[in-house]
Amino acid sequence: MNKLLAVSPSPHVHSGESVNKLMFNVVLALLPALAVSIYYFGLGAFVVTAIAVVSCLAFEFLIQKYLLKVTPSISDGSALVTGLLLAFNLPSNLPWWIIVIGALVAIGIGKMSFGGLGNNPFNPALVGRVFLLISFPVQMTSWPLPIESRAHYMDALTGATPLALVKEGLKGGQTMSAISEHIPNNMQLLMGSMGGSLGEIAAIALLIGFAWLLFKKVITWHIPVSIFVTIFAFTGILWLIDPAHNADPFFHLLTGGVMLGAIFMATDYVTSPMNPKGMWIFGIGIGALTVIIRVWGAYPEGVSFAILIMNAFVPLINTLVKPKRFGEEVKKNG
Amino acid sequence: MLKTFSIGGVHPPENKISAGSQIVVLPLPKQVSIPIAQHIGAPANAVVTKGDKVKVGQLIAQSNGFVSANIHSSVSGTVASIDPVMDSTGYKRPAITITVEGDEWDETIDRSTDLKEECNLTAEEIIAKVGQAGIVGMGGATFPSQVKLSVPKGKKAEVLIINGVECEPYLTSDHRVMLEKGHELMIGIQILKKALRVDTALIGIENNKPDAISHLSQVATKYSGIEVHALKVQYPQGGEKQLIKALINREVPSGALPIEVGAVVHNVGTAVAVYEAVQKSKPLFERVVTVTGKHLATPSNFLVRIGTPISEVIAAAGGVPENTGKIVNGGPMMGKALSSIDSPVTKGTSGLIAFPAEEAKRKVAQACVRCGKCVSVCPMGLEPYLLNRLSQKKMFERMEHEHVLDCIECGSCSFECPANLPLLDYIRLGKAEVGKIVRARKA
Repeated sequence: MNKLLAVSPSPHVHSGESVNKLMFNVVLALLPALAVSIYYFGLGAFVVTAIAVVSCLAFEFLIQKYLLKVTPSISDGSALVTGLLLAFNLPSNLPWWIIVIGALVAIGIGKMSFGGLGNNPFNPALVGRVFLLISFPVQMTSWPLPIESRAHYMDALTGATPLALVKEGLKGGQTMSAISEHIPNNMQLLMGSMGGSLGEIAAIALLIGFAWLLFKKVITWHIPVSIFVTIFAFTGILWLIDPAHNADPFFHLLTGGVMLGAIFMATDYVTSPMNPKGMWIFGIGIGALTVIIRVWGAYPEGVSFAILIMNAFVPLINTLVKPKRFGEEVKKNG
Repeated sequence: MLKTFSIGGVHPPENKISAGSQIVVLPLPKQVSIPIAQHIGAPANAVVTKGDKVKVGQLIAQSNGFVSANIHSSVSGTVASIDPVMDSTGYKRPAITITVEGDEWDETIDRSTDLKEECNLTAEEIIAKVGQAGIVGMGGATFPSQVKLSVPKGKKAEVLIINGVECEPYLTSDHRVMLEKGHELMIGIQILKKALRVDTALIGIENNKPDAISHLSQVATKYSGIEVHALKVQYPQGGEKQLIKALINREVPSGALPIEVGAVVHNVGTAVAVYEAVQKSKPLFERVVTVTGKHLATPSNFLVRIGTPISEVIAAAGGVPENTGKIVNGGPMMGKALSSIDSPVTKGTSGLIAFPAEEAKRKVAQACVRCGKCVSVCPMGLEPYLLNRLSQKKMFERMEHEHVLDCIECGSCSFECPANLPLLDYIRLGKAEVGKIVRARKA
C-alpha cells in the first residue's frame, strides 16, 4: 500500500450535525405558525413573508460579496431564519418598502456590522422590527383582523391587538370584566384568532414548533420555560391582588409576542447565554421586563424590548455564570 | 434507570463490528520492533545489545524510575538492532528490533491454561510482581500499574473499580476479554483487591454488551466481593473520573487522583495481565488488539505479540481496504491517526481502525454560532468554545482560570460542534502551554 494516509488529531468521527441542518429545523418549526397566519390573514401574510425573506437573503449576499468581499454564506440558512422571524414580527399589510428597510436594518446593522453570523450581540430580526416600530409607528400597529380579508394584501380591515385593547381599556378606567367582552377568549387566543403580527398569533402552532425544536435537540427547554414561568407567576400575582384591573396570566402568555419571542427569538444561539444557569437568568429577565413594560410602560407589548435588553446582558452573564464544573461539589459518601 | 455520569456526554454510533469475533492468536511475525518508550513516564533502559539471543518473556529493557515500566521480549530470537524506529505517535524513537527464531519461552513462565486460584503473596509482593512484569494500563493510557497500586501515605483505598466500559466506538478487545477470560479476570481482580487491601470491587460495563454483563455476573457469584454493574451507554464513561462518578457517585476534585475519593481504577485487560503475571509468572508481552473498519474483509480480535508491525496485523484481517483514507491506533474519539502502518503494536494498542477516504478528512470549519452544544456535552463542565478562543488568542492565564487543566481531551466538543470547529485541537495546544506555565511556577 503506497497511498498516503490522512493524519489529524482526535476525534476522528463527527456527529454529522451542521449549522445548515439546525437552521433548516428552525425553518420547519416555523411552518405551522406560517400556515395559521396565511389561514387567518390570507395573501398578505404570504407576501410579507416572501418580501422579508428575499430581501434578507439579498442584503446578506450583497453585503458579503461587495462590501466585505468575502464568499457569501447565505446557504447556511441563518439569513433565511432572520427573514422569516422578521416577517413574523410584522403586520400582514405592511407596505413592501417598509419591509425592505426592516430587512436592511436587520441584516446590515443588526448582523453584518458586527462581523456576521456568530458575532452580533442583538437578535437581528428584532433589531429590524424595533427600528420599524419606532420609525413607522402607525403602519407597524395597524393590525389586520383575521378572516375578513383573505384575498387582499394592502386593504385589510385593521384593528387593535388584544393587548392594546386591554391597555386602552384599563387606562380609560374600565374593569377587566367590561374589557373582556371586546377581546377573544383564551381558547380563541390559543388558536390564533386575533389581530397581531403575522407569526405571533397562533400559540398552538408555535408550541408545535417548540416541540419539534426540542425533539431535534436544536434548543433546550430552559429559555422558553423560564420566560413562561416568570410571566405566568408575575402576572398571576398581579391578577390575584387585583383581578379587576389586571388581565389573567393565561391571557398574558397567549397574547402578543410571548410564544414567538420565547420559543424562537430569545433562543437565538448567538444572542443567548451558553449554559443552563445563564439561560434561567436570561429568561427570568425577559419575563420580568415584558410584564413591567406591558403593565406599567408606554407600549402595550414589551417582548421585543425585553429580549433586546437582555441580549445586552448576555456577555456579562456568560462571564459571571459558569456551568457546573466536574468535581465542584465533592460528595464524600455516595 | 441505569447508572451513568451526570455532566455532559455524547453517544457516537457504536459500530462494534468485531464484537462477535473470537480472539484469534496472530501467527508470529518475522521480526518485531519493541519501543523502549511505550508507557507514560520515563523510557526504559535497554539491557540487551545487538547480537544477543533472547527468549519470550525475557527482560530486555529495565524500568527507569518510579513512573516507568519494564519491557520484555515478545519473541525468541536475536537482537538485530537498537535504533530509532517510527512508532505509532509518528516520532522516531529507540526500539529493540528482534529477528524471530522459533518460539522459545522463558522457563519460569507457566504456559498451561489451568486456572490458578490460590494466591498466597502479600500486598507488597503482588505489587513487586506487577512491576516486574511491566504491566501498564491496557485501556490505552499505558500508565504503569504498580504506581496505581502503591497507595500514597495518608490515603486509603476503599474500592477497586474495574473498567469494562469500552465506551469508544468500534473497539471490542475488552468485550472479548470479558467473554473469554472471565475467570482469569476474576482472579486478577481478587489479586488487585489484596494488593490494595480493599474488600469490594465493582465492574462497570456499558449496557451495549449484555452478553458480557450476564456472563461476568454469573462468574462473579463464585468470588466474594465482586459486583457487576450495567451502565447506560454514554461516552466518555470509560474516563476514570466519569466511571467513578457513575459507579459510586463521587467526584474526584480538580487536579486530584481517584485515590482522593478512595477509588482505584483498572481496566479489565490490566486485571487479566495481573493474573497472568502473578499466577503464571508471565510478563506483559502480548495483548488483544481489535482490527476493524467498515470495509475491512474480516474485522477481528487478535492476540498480538508486542512489537508486531501493524501492517501484519491488518493483513491478517484481510488487508487494508482499497478506499482507506486513515488508520487510527486506538478508538475513533481519542486514538491517534497513523502516518505509517509499519510502526509496531505496543502495550497501549487497543485497536486499529481503517476509515474509508470519505470519513478520513474533516469538514470545513464554519463560524461559531454560539449554540452552546460544546458546553452541554463537556463531561468536565468546561466551556470549549471559550477555551478555543482563548487558546487562539494565547490568553493562557485566563485559560488556567477557566480550568483547562481539567480537560480530559475526550473530544466530545469537536464531535458535537455543528460548525465543525477543531475545538479540541486548540484546547490541547493551550492546555500544553498552561501546563508549562504551571510547572515553571512550581519549579
